[in-house]
Amino acid sequence: MAFGVIQNVRKVFQLDELGSGALEPVVALDDASFEFEQGDLVALLGPSGCGKTTLLRIVGGLIAKSAGSVAIGGREITRPMGDYGFVFQAPSLMPWRNVLDNVLFPMEILKRNDAAARRHAHELLDLVGLSGFLSARPHQLSGGMQQRVALCRALVHRPKLLLMDEPFGALDELTRMDMNDLLLRIRHETRASVLFVTHSISEAVYLSDKVVIFSKRPARVVRQVPIALAYPRSQKVRFTAAFTAAERIASEALGVIAPVGEEATPP
Amino acid sequence: MRSRLLSQTMYPLAGVALIIVAWALACWIGNIPTVVLPSPDKVLRSMIIRGDLLLSEGWITLKETLYGFLLALVIGLPLAVAVANSRPLNLMFYPLLIALQSVPKVALAPMILVWLGTGLESKLAIVWLVAFFPIIVDTAAGLRATPKELLELARSLNASALQIFLKVQLPAALPFVVTGAKVAITLAVIGAVIGEFIGSSEGLGFLLLSATSQLDTPLAFAALFALSVLGIFAYALVGLGERMMSPWLPPAAERH
Repeated sequence: MAFGVIQNVRKVFQLDELGSGALEPVVALDDASFEFEQGDLVALLGPSGCGKTTLLRIVGGLIAKSAGSVAIGGREITRPMGDYGFVFQAPSLMPWRNVLDNVLFPMEILKRNDAAARRHAHELLDLVGLSGFLSARPHQLSGGMQQRVALCRALVHRPKLLLMDEPFGALDELTRMDMNDLLLRIRHETRASVLFVTHSISEAVYLSDKVVIFSKRPARVVRQVPIALAYPRSQKVRFTAAFTAAERIASEALGVIAPVGEEATPP
Repeated sequence: MRSRLLSQTMYPLAGVALIIVAWALACWIGNIPTVVLPSPDKVLRSMIIRGDLLLSEGWITLKETLYGFLLALVIGLPLAVAVANSRPLNLMFYPLLIALQSVPKVALAPMILVWLGTGLESKLAIVWLVAFFPIIVDTAAGLRATPKELLELARSLNASALQIFLKVQLPAALPFVVTGAKVAITLAVIGAVIGEFIGSSEGLGFLLLSATSQLDTPLAFAALFALSVLGIFAYALVGLGERMMSPWLPPAAERH
């Protein structure tokens, strides 16, 4: 059996659950299924507000699903497992803690804030190029640096699975490319499995072993695209035929462009 | 550095000096009777002659202010935690708290005097009443404004309710607590003076009233001046507390 098995997951938000004033229950996810292996980096790609984030929170055990099953490493997920890492769209650092203490927050909660934990935190911050900012406060850092701290915080307890919710969506293009390369390097060193929510086609293709494409809400999996580009990847890969072909398949599945062969068809 | 010092101390001082000069000129040129508006030098003389009296009465008012304020903190903070964390308690009491906040609490002072007498207790009750609301309302708002992602992060690590409260909610709410405390301390001074106005035989509020009734306007002005010094001092104490907590506070620019 695969490491991660997501099967026929459905999520219906009841009336007051979202606090959005909706007049009827909202079907956020409708029959999402896909699998991934340990160490895989899987991009969840789809239009904004399509329920990818909801799926990520279900996998993380933060919200309950309405139907279906989610099993990671053979365990059915019904509540937070405590050994996953989360990275949100905003860095969401604690303004009252310095960089090092922000990174060590999970270890405090898990009551494993010992010398080994501090050493690991230092290693991670070194890896993301922030070893000179250990005692800086979040507000003294740029957005990209803050997100790198958040990445270290998500990794400090050596999670089996890293759940990332559009983590680089708020960054500018160049910073985002840097962060993509950093994520690939970190993934290579930590061997963590990663689920990565994004609505950027090229980011999804560049990063992942597999792109899972969702439809508009209620979200279903419309296509899974394996990306056959060898790791380690560098930005040059964006200009290869294989990369463009994968982007094209993803774009077709998203309905951004018409499938090949249908373009010439008269209406 | 030098120019900053200049703008931070010299300009405010110059402003005060300007107003005092204008005040003195108005008294001399307008030939205003001392009973109506004493000139600055007469107020100063009264302050020096009655220095002991001002200090002892000021000490009483300061005690009323600070004790009542501390009482409001001690009772307000746990209640805010209860209201913010329990949905039933929140639904039962939060709207009531907001509604009560709009009641002019000084209007209750005569009643409190009937219940608690003219001693320290009634002053504490009035100070507590005016200082309590900003503390509980701001603290509850702060606790409820904890960023959702931080709560999710803590929950994803299976944090206990106590851990979430101590490591996430409380530090996130601290800037709000400080804001509430700053409002509360200024109201507390007002509360103490109102209490003394309505029924007391001591304190700066009492001194102010009795000086006015004896047409000793310079002393009334001296008491007024002592009161503002007291207010600034009490506010500075809260500012000191804020500074001591500053490792946990975000920089002022990011506060709510």
